[in-house]
Amino acid sequence: MALQSIRMFRLALSAVFASVTCLAQDVPQAFVGAHLLPISRAPIEDGALVVHQGKIVSVGESSEVQVPSDAEVRDVAGLVIAPGFVDTHSHAGSVEGGDASGPLHPDARALDSINVRDARIQKAQAGGITTANIMPGSGHLLSGQTLYVKHRDSNVIDDLLIRREDGLLAYGVKMANGTNSRKDPPFPGTRAKSAALVRANFVKAAEYREKVEGAASEGEEAPPRDLGLETLAEILAGDRVVHFHTHRHDDILTVLRLAEEFDFRVVLQHVSDGWAVADEIAASEHVLGASLILIDSPGGKIEAKDNQLPTAAILEAAGVRTGFHSDDPITDSRLFARMAALAVRAGMSREGALRGLTLAGAEMLGLEDRIGSLDAGKDADFVILSGDPLSVYTQVLETWVDGVRVFDRSDPRDRLYAEGGFGASHDQASLLHAVAEGEHQ
Amino acid sequence: MRTHSIGPAIAALALTGLAHSQVAIYGDTVHTSAGPPLTDAVVVIEDGKIARLGSADAIDVPDGFRVLRAAVVTPGLIDARCTIGLSGYLNQRQDQDQLDSSEPLQPELRAIDAYNPREELVAWVRGYGVTTIHTGHAPRSLVSGQTAVVKTRGTTLEEAVVKPLAMIAATLGEGARERGTKSPGTRAKMAAVLRAELIRAQEYLRKQSTEDGEGRPDRDLRLEAMGLVLEGQVPLLVTAQRSQDILTALRIRDEFDIPMVLDGVAEAHGVLSRIRDAGVPVIVHPTMMRASGETENLSFETAGILIQAGVPTAVQGGYEPYVPKSRLVLFEAAVAAAHGLGFDDALRSITINAARILGVSDRVGSIEVGKDGDVALFDGDPFEYTTHCTGVVIEGDVVSEDVR
Repeated sequence: MALQSIRMFRLALSAVFASVTCLAQDVPQAFVGAHLLPISRAPIEDGALVVHQGKIVSVGESSEVQVPSDAEVRDVAGLVIAPGFVDTHSHAGSVEGGDASGPLHPDARALDSINVRDARIQKAQAGGITTANIMPGSGHLLSGQTLYVKHRDSNVIDDLLIRREDGLLAYGVKMANGTNSRKDPPFPGTRAKSAALVRANFVKAAEYREKVEGAASEGEEAPPRDLGLETLAEILAGDRVVHFHTHRHDDILTVLRLAEEFDFRVVLQHVSDGWAVADEIAASEHVLGASLILIDSPGGKIEAKDNQLPTAAILEAAGVRTGFHSDDPITDSRLFARMAALAVRAGMSREGALRGLTLAGAEMLGLEDRIGSLDAGKDADFVILSGDPLSVYTQVLETWVDGVRVFDRSDPRDRLYAEGGFGASHDQASLLHAVAEGEHQ
Repeated sequence: MRTHSIGPAIAALALTGLAHSQVAIYGDTVHTSAGPPLTDAVVVIEDGKIARLGSADAIDVPDGFRVLRAAVVTPGLIDARCTIGLSGYLNQRQDQDQLDSSEPLQPELRAIDAYNPREELVAWVRGYGVTTIHTGHAPRSLVSGQTAVVKTRGTTLEEAVVKPLAMIAATLGEGARERGTKSPGTRAKMAAVLRAELIRAQEYLRKQSTEDGEGRPDRDLRLEAMGLVLEGQVPLLVTAQRSQDILTALRIRDEFDIPMVLDGVAEAHGVLSRIRDAGVPVIVHPTMMRASGETENLSFETAGILIQAGVPTAVQGGYEPYVPKSRLVLFEAAVAAAHGLGFDDALRSITINAARILGVSDRVGSIEVGKDGDVALFDGDPFEYTTHCTGVVIEGDVVSEDVR
């Protein structure tokens, strides 16, 4: 390429860059005439949604919402708008946790491993997922720290992060029991050994926490800093939620027993036999919720042999907060809403299933004050759908995160991620950002 | 030339029948896969076969017939390519019979010697309306073995089998790549090894057919099986996902003039005209198959693209090594329906198209008088996520009334 044309190319790219990375709209955006599914209240047949500077400004009947005079107004009659979906368990971004040196890695951070250009993040956007809990795998008793992310358009991991009100990053800790984490030493060989190793580590963390607190309040000598014990102590203090991979009914009860003993908050992940112990789950004060994966046939491994669609309805009836996860790549993020539909097929209420895709997940991540429903003051994370979210024929037309459109089905590049084809699984090109950054230097 | 018949012992298996009941199925809508849908119609099944079909007003159902009703009635669904009954749902060593990895070329391995009609997943897919499956040896080996067509009924192979030897399963691409110093370790070597085997089988057939009995080679099950392909009696089912693997398959087909069915074809959209011009039927990968490795470029729209190009296409449940252990072809066709295939073609892709590709359309794949009494009942659009399968009938027997 001649120098002249390279310069033109760079100019063109930086113009594109400027438009795609604008963090929030300068003027309010109003979406008028849609069928709104606020989740926090009844559906609104002819609704209007106004967003500005990354937040929802107002939601309600079209006839009642005050659309600001400077707003860009879009007629979305005939379409459906729902909160962005919350995936409580995904492996998008080729996330990694601890290694094979041992069964517990509370020091390993998902943050340090995620490839933000993984096409599966674009595919999650195409599926309407706006927030995800990206977790390391289940081959360890404790495989590491997870990361709660917003599926914003990103160049570096920092672009995806969620900060809590206390300024800390939002994340949890991934644990597992049952067969995946059972291996040759130093891994546990039995279920009892698995629980014993976990208990021993939490006992150590409790002592560590006591010493740290003693140093702070009574001037005693602080223990040497230990990254792993620090994380476990955060769990004990209630600052971090445990996302516990668990399938079999007795393994689920082991999780409840551990949570009771060490007083930690837990989201049950997978919960294949949840139908068998629904009342016990409901009775636990430590369970923030059950996040289900519903699969098209039982089995594939012994622990999943009784995985069944009615579990969602059974947990709902027992009063358990019930949500869903893609476990991407186990199921496809682009078809996330399908899982809620299958739950309805097997008896879950429509309202509960839609909540399971959105607000229930937000609650399990402790982000319910910011995401999960269409309410004024919450983040402007929403999806525009061609129809009922529970219909196979419905397409995600647009996905918005923090008031920025991150997926637009009418854009051929985005459509590639939605449908597939050559290049749909390749890492997102970084050229655009690299060139644009060069312009700033 | 002396022909190698499939064998009277095996063929006889297909003749064994079960007792059949008399049943009439009323549908608000009956999709026949043999013309436009019928409204307020009834399907009358006698002695296992569809005896009458038409408007509910015009047909009198005799006394004593069992009566079923549904909003929507379809032909019994067909999974055109799966490993159900061989790859058990527990996924433990003892229930996995879909693949023997000791050798790369094993066309003599018979599906009928492995099929377990009591396997959990047989009943599972039956509960969702799947009445016929093309099952057998899995991809992941150059030639992994044979396939069979069976009904999802019965407690013995003999009761279930429709076609004891349907196809011989081959794979080109990542699945066939052997590790270490084992062959074939590359794509070029896969083609070379497969071609050499076909040449050996040609030679075997030639020697078998010599007038002079003295020169005949000893019977060789492996070459005998490949001989059936060369003689045009049994198609080679080639799993090929990448464009180059699809073209290699077609090249081998032309070289040896053998019947072929393409399987998988994740990159079919890249070599569409070549597939269309070759006139080969395609059993396309499950719509929701994971896009990774050699399937990274697959598309939800491939089934629709193939059908629109005029390629005879069926959708499959496929083979899964993990969770879920089997896919439901109904769900795979549903997603294809919503991504360019459309309702009618999606239903055909799991009924009549599949039956034709499998060579069993004289018996199954559509609701027509004279065909097997295999139907599925639904309480709405069969492809909608929230619709239920409410009944399944195989050869006049009500095999499921569960609401699934």
